[in-house]
Parts: sequence; structure tokens; C-alpha cells
Amino acid sequence: MATVTQPMPGPGRTPVKGSTRVVRLLRGIARPYRNSHGVGRFMLVTGTVLVVLMLLTAVFAPLIATFGFSQVAGADGQRFMNHAEPGAEHIFGTTTQGFDVFSRVVWGARTAVTVVLLALAFSLFLGVLLGLIAGFVGRWVDRVLVMVMDALFALPALLLAIVVAFLLSEYVGGGASTAALAITAVYVPQYFRVVRAATVSAKEQTYVEAARAMGARPATIMFRYLLTNVIQSVPVIATLNAADAILTLAGLGFLGYGIQPTEAAEWGYDLQRAVSDTGAGIWWTGLYPGLAIVLLVMGLTLMGEGLNETMNPAIRVRRLIPISMPELTAAQRTKAAQVPERDRPGQDRPVDTGGEDRNSREPGSGETGKGGAA
Amino acid sequence: MSTRTAGSLRTYLITRVVLFVPQVLVILTIVFVLMRVAPGDPVTVALGGQRSPEQLAQLRAAAGYDRSIFVQYWEYISGIVRFDLGTTIVDSRPVTQIFKVNGGATLTLTSSALVIALLIGVPLGLIAGRVRDTGLDAGLRVFGILTYAAPVFFLGLIFQLVFARNLGWLPSSSQASPLVLARVPSETNIFLVDALLAGDSAAFWNGVQHLILPALTLGLLLSGVFMRIVRINLIQTLRSDYVEAARARGVSEGNVVIRHAFRNALVPFVTILGLQVALLLGGAILTEQTFNWNGIGSQLVRYLDSRDYVAVQGIITLVALAVVTASLLIDIINAIIDPRVRY
Repeated sequence: MATVTQPMPGPGRTPVKGSTRVVRLLRGIARPYRNSHGVGRFMLVTGTVLVVLMLLTAVFAPLIATFGFSQVAGADGQRFMNHAEPGAEHIFGTTTQGFDVFSRVVWGARTAVTVVLLALAFSLFLGVLLGLIAGFVGRWVDRVLVMVMDALFALPALLLAIVVAFLLSEYVGGGASTAALAITAVYVPQYFRVVRAATVSAKEQTYVEAARAMGARPATIMFRYLLTNVIQSVPVIATLNAADAILTLAGLGFLGYGIQPTEAAEWGYDLQRAVSDTGAGIWWTGLYPGLAIVLLVMGLTLMGEGLNETMNPAIRVRRLIPISMPELTAAQRTKAAQVPERDRPGQDRPVDTGGEDRNSREPGSGETGKGGAA
Repeated sequence: MSTRTAGSLRTYLITRVVLFVPQVLVILTIVFVLMRVAPGDPVTVALGGQRSPEQLAQLRAAAGYDRSIFVQYWEYISGIVRFDLGTTIVDSRPVTQIFKVNGGATLTLTSSALVIALLIGVPLGLIAGRVRDTGLDAGLRVFGILTYAAPVFFLGLIFQLVFARNLGWLPSSSQASPLVLARVPSETNIFLVDALLAGDSAAFWNGVQHLILPALTLGLLLSGVFMRIVRINLIQTLRSDYVEAARARGVSEGNVVIRHAFRNALVPFVTILGLQVALLLGGAILTEQTFNWNGIGSQLVRYLDSRDYVAVQGIITLVALAVVTASLLIDIINAIIDPRVRY
């Protein structure tokens, strides 16, 4: 059934020779792919393929791109034509400034991936840390943090990113890290909320109480016991946020507060330049960077939703596996007869391995987190 | 029983309104702190190099930037209560004036986009939820993801190429043709209303034509979000006990879906509408920039480019207030129509 080339672990958790850690990690990555099915699997696999393609483009940009991102002249020193139509030399044409559109789209993938990875790392770190602290410590620390985060959450995402990018550019100038920090400001509150809520409910659990009774220090409880349990909900949000972050980055670039064209190629900036081209019927300067954004965002969204459908216990619908019950022995039959009719377990029919999952599929609550800039 | 319900509604409303005040204060404080961590005082940043040091000092004193940060904070907060957001530095215009003059354009754009999004998103969501897990549902979900994945400025650019440039059906930018804009006297600063007040139907029609592409661009972005929410809510509602009960009583399937499920599926949607105001306003900044639409977003970009902190702070403050107020209003409406919210 599985079409993914990840190791397929057997049921018995047989320790594999050598690095078991790596194997366990690979298994963890493969799990959602193995457990998914139907529309969920389709979304997960399509999304992953798109994202992997974009990642490869980003990594191998120097090999794929025919020219540099700010190169306006060929190796022979001859300037490229401005607004050249797509053709043999420039397959996607050239821009107003004489940049090669194809090369800028390819280099743009690298910029987008770098900025979003940086932003994800920053906001995960801050959001998870603050969420853990707020949820675990409680009291006024919690109240202050919640108030600040709620306030940040109320501001339009793009507006917040613009202001932070604008202020940071006064201090440190533009560039990938400035853009990443601006995006970080937008997503910290989301991680904070999720992690805090999970921490608050997790810290009442018996295992935390036991750890505390045994004299574990707060830091130990937070990072050894709570973090590992709370982190489960992060992959889905991180993937969906990465999609949103690409859009925020492009929005910043479009308004001119992102990365400057000489520092790196950025799709949003290219689209800004392309708007004035439309009047002259020049379509290639805008179409390709725009399509690149759409593909990457779509890939991440599909992947995030696919992950959500397989990993979120409230939403997932598991595969139906036909099972046949062994024939009852005479002794068991007499016992079963004593059980009232309605309590008797189902026999000889397909069993939904997800149990009650089917009944609680897709609550509306999981849908509110997405509302960033676009 | 009825008095108890009314009492709890009143309690809910009072709590919600009382909580509104600290919420707004925190947001305002964050905006203030954000704008003050920037290096240099606003006057020097905006006009440094253009005026002599004495003139700059004089301007600083006039604007109050030589006083302590706490006095400035107090001035800022009390100014908002008096609806005074200061005067812009680069063109000495009261910030509230920006909203008076340019707010109408943004309001026209956002409200028509909202209507378009509702007209497209809600019916599609209801259809997708009803035919869940079929090919049609999958297609509609792809539509939802596509409208989300395409940045508004890219969608706007494609529309400009196709409908303005290639087909020549609609104008591609601005609120109306220059001559028409000059002809209509501004009374309300909402162009379409002004045109009607002037009895100029040609100008009104011209304005509508200019509005279609930007409103459709922004509306499509929101319609995908709306569709997703409505779809999920309908799926949940169709599975609830009372729908099952209605079916068991022999109510026809059409009646079950339309009278029992649809209406209840739309109630939680109202809650989520509040969260979309921020998305709508963020999208409006980009749409205005794409279509050369002279609204608040364009003004924000203009003042950011000229480094006018006072104007930027004022615009952000009012946008934040608008978002928080909208969510307050929606919570209140929601409490009135849905008794479950009050508890």
C-alpha cells in the first residue's frame, strides 16, 4: 500500500544494528505517510513532492540557474536586452532591469527557503520557550505573556511584519535575517498559544506530579517531561505557518520592505516590478515568480493539511482493516450469552481501527489558526 | 427562565466590554513601544538633513519629543481618547485627516470584497460540505487552497493582464478615471456615494467598473478561507444528534439540510468572521498597492517611505483599534444569536 520509500518497521520494534536513533527518527517521519490514506494521503504526498522539488531547487540553485540573480550581462560582457521575450537564451525572458527571469525565480527559491527556515527556527524557539514558561510557571508571568501575545495576534499579520521590518532596517539594514525576524514576530504568538495550552493541561497529569514528588527541578520537568509531550502538535502548525510565512515574505518584498534586489532574488520584489509591466502586455516578469510562490505555498499547505488529517486524533479517519474473529469456544459462548445484547463486541465485520475517531472528524476549532497575510 | 437568560446575556456583554479596555491598552502600549525603540526621534528621522539643527529642535519641542517618555506615553493614550493622533511630520496633516480623506476608499474596497467573499465562499462551502469526499468536494478544496496560495498581488496582476490589458473589459487601476475623479465633488470621501449625491450616474458606473477587479482580487482571497470554515462546520452539523433526530422523524433530506443544518452551520462562522478582519485589512494594503487605490494602505506605504513615524504610528493605532472593535462587535452579535456562547 505504502508508496513511500521510508524504512517499514515491523510490529515488534526489532532493534536495528547501528544507529537506532536515526532509524527511530526515520520511522517517526515515515509514520504519517504510512498511516495516511485516501484524500489525506494524496494531499500529503503531492504536497511533499512539491516542497521537496522546491527544496532541491533552493539547494542546487547555483547549478540550475543559468545566470546570477543580479547579473545583467552575459559572459561575453554584452548586456542582456531589457524586457526580452521568453526565448532560447532566456527561457522565461528578462525584466525591466535586464535580469534573467528564470535565474531570479530559481535563486528566489533559495531566498524563500532560507528566510522561512530562519523564521521558523526563531519563532519555534521563542514561542515554545515562552509557551512552556507561561504554562508551567503560571501566575503573573502567564498573565502578562498572554496579554502581550494576544495583542500581537490582534494586529494584522502583514502590518506587524511591515513595522518590524521597517524598524529593524533602521538598525541593521535589510537582508534575510531582518526579513526572518519580521516574520518571526508574526508567528511567535501562534506557537505560544498552542504550547501554553498544551502545557497547562499536561502539567496536571500524574506523570508530572510523580516527577515533582521525586524532586525533579522545574527545568527538568519542563524540558524532559512537558516539552516532549507538547511538541507533538508542532509539525502541523509549523508546516502551515511556513506556507503563510512565504506569503508574508512576498508581501514584504512587494511593498519594498523585504530583501533588496542586489542582496538576493526575491519573488515579492519581482512581482512589484512586474505590476507596471502589465500595461504593456509584458506577462513573463510577473507570471513566473508568482507561480513559484503559488506552488511552494500550495505544497506546504497540502502537506500541512495532509499531516493534520493523519496526525490529529480528532480529525483522522483510519483505514478500515477487515478482521475475522476466532471461533468462540463453548465456554466463551456461555459467557457471552450472559453479557447483555448491546454490550457484546462486534463480530465478523470490518472494524474501524480508529475506534471513535470517525465520529469526531474535523472539528471547526482546528481551522481558526490560519489567517495571516496573503 | 427567560429572566435568567437575559441576565446571563447582560453579564456576558458587560464582561466582554470591560475586558475590551485592558486589551486595547496593551495593544496601544505595544504600538508605542515598537515605534519608540527605533533609533532617533521622529522629527530628526523624517526631516534630518533638510532643516537646520535649530529648526529641528524647535519642531521637536513643538511636537513634544523633548519631554520624558512617560509624558509622551500619557499624551499618546489621552490623545486617542480625544481622537487626536498627532500631526504628520512631513506634510503637517492631522493623522485623523488621513482617515477622513482616504478611509472611504479602503472602506469601499474592503466592504465590497467582504460581500464578494460571502457570496462565493458560503455557498461553495455549503456545497462542499454537503457532497463531502466526492470529486466535487475535492475540486472545491483545491479552489480553496489555490485562492489562499496565490498572493493577492499576483492574482491582481493576472487580472490586470487578462481583463484590463488583453480583453480590455475593465480599467486596471485607480478608483475612477482622472477626469471623472476631478468632476465629482467630495462630500463623504466615499467616491461611489459622492457620485450618487452629485447625481452623476456616469461617474458612479465608472467607479463601479474600477472597483470590480480590486474587490474581486481581495474577495477571492477571503472566499477560500470562508469556504473552508463553512464546509467544516456543515460537516460537523450534519453529524450532530438533532440532524439525526430530524431524519429519524422522517423530515425530508432537503429540509434536513436546508432548515436544520445550514442555519446552524453558519452560526460558528460568525465567530470566525471577527478573525478575518485582520486578514482583510492586511490584504487591503497589498490590493491597494497593486491597483493604485488611494486608501489607508497606500498612505501607510507612502508615510513609511518618508519615515514619518507619527503618521505610521497613528495609522497602525487606528487599524488595530478597528480590528479589536470589530471583534468586540462580532462577539456581541454572536452572543445574541447563539445562546451557547454566553456560558
